[in-house]
Amino acid sequence: MSNTSQSRHSMHLTLLVWRQEGPHKPGSLEKFTAKNVSEDMSFLEMLDFVNEDIIKSGKRPIEFDSDCREGICGCCGVVINGQPHGPDRATATCQLHMRTFKDGDTIVIEPLRAKAFPIIKDLVVDRGALDRVMSAGGFVSVKTGPHADANAILIPKPIADLAMDAAACIGCGACVAACPNASAALFTSAKISQLALLPQGKPEAARRVTGMVEQMDKEGFGNCTNIGECRAACPKEVSIDFIAKMKREYFKAMFAPMESAAGDGGA
Amino acid sequence: MIPLRKALSSSVGKKFIMAFSGLCLGGFIVVHLLGNLALYRADGAAFNLYAATLESFGKFIIAAELGLIALFLLHAISAMLLKLNHWGARPERYSVVKSKGGESKSTLASRNMIISGGVIFAFVILHVWSFKYGPGITEGYTAAGGAHGEIRDLHRLVVESFHNPLIVSAYVFVMLLLGGHLWHAFWSGLQSFGLTNPRYTKGLYCLGSMFAVVLSVGFLMIPIWIFFDLSTVLLGAIK
Repeated sequence: MSNTSQSRHSMHLTLLVWRQEGPHKPGSLEKFTAKNVSEDMSFLEMLDFVNEDIIKSGKRPIEFDSDCREGICGCCGVVINGQPHGPDRATATCQLHMRTFKDGDTIVIEPLRAKAFPIIKDLVVDRGALDRVMSAGGFVSVKTGPHADANAILIPKPIADLAMDAAACIGCGACVAACPNASAALFTSAKISQLALLPQGKPEAARRVTGMVEQMDKEGFGNCTNIGECRAACPKEVSIDFIAKMKREYFKAMFAPMESAAGDGGA
Repeated sequence: MIPLRKALSSSVGKKFIMAFSGLCLGGFIVVHLLGNLALYRADGAAFNLYAATLESFGKFIIAAELGLIALFLLHAISAMLLKLNHWGARPERYSVVKSKGGESKSTLASRNMIISGGVIFAFVILHVWSFKYGPGITEGYTAAGGAHGEIRDLHRLVVESFHNPLIVSAYVFVMLLLGGHLWHAFWSGLQSFGLTNPRYTKGLYCLGSMFAVVLSVGFLMIPIWIFFDLSTVLLGAIK
């Protein structure tokens, strides 16, 4: 009875993990055996578990990113059997449970691959490119001063909901990893839309979309060809309708009034 | 606010060019198929008269042809520039790639637009060379054209070509590729322009798929129809 229970709850897996010493070093898949993996473990706990054995044997553990481990920080993110964040929909790697896999499975674990995401070590990539896209306009400029009255600016509920859907993006980079062209269109469009939809974001909408698209191109991401793999891989199910919104915002910006090089000055 | 040159060389702008040229070319092939419906008649008079009428527009038809060539080149060059960028955007490939499905529009067609597009581009050159610049009045391909007098018997050239099984197979194959290309292109063009909306996205995608099927089948049936002489066969069956 105990044997049956043991075999139902624990698994033996073969892991093929991408190992790379540094950004400019060659990498390859290395084979590890993961024994007695509980189906209740999260994917990252499984990696911790495997790393314990690797450390005990005196070898270098598998490097991977993680932080909150509750699907909101966007830190974790590896490509599992060819799918960013693994096979489950609307799930970050940290929320993926080992019950998704079967005893005897072989799991291929690779980093998020894109020229704009250089590999730091093993499964850890530098997603600074997304931060630089944000710095190019993903904010609103506000005057500091006395506390403003709540609800002084009315926002219709459907618009607030839509902005919230865009703001659900955790910037994990799965969209880039899943896109056949390594495009960051879903990320950039979500960040543009969450602000462009709201009254506070509208004054800077043209400047924002111009700057963020320009930075996205500079970072070396590919172009969006509307395949939609990003939407399928997104742990927050951010819709590609925001990509259409980004196109509309860009089109509007093409015809927006010119900004003077000297700035506004004021009276 | 964004200078036009900068806008059109951005990733979003390049897709505007792709979408604009693609949707215009889509409009052209609709007109092309409507004209070619005359080929479904065994009697070539209507088709020859249609071709002769187009030719009679003189300078206007040359201007339209130049416009079409410009659209084709714009579409093809933008596509190649985008593709070059994609190759550079992921220097190291994944060892395993698997789609998560769901709302993804990832199909054999959508992932290989550059291949179907390249084949169609080569096909168009051969197609124009063999028919538009093929044998004409001087080679004896003449027909009575009523008010137009003696006109080119283009119908005879088409029928002769479409009795060659190799040409028929090649046309059917390329028209299937065109169907695949259009399957993704219609929806993608609208999405690139930001003309999609959550309420209509599914409908637009369906409309695009139907557009692709109707055009692909409409074109590929012409060589099959002529090869098997279906107008006579079907007409005989009805009688």
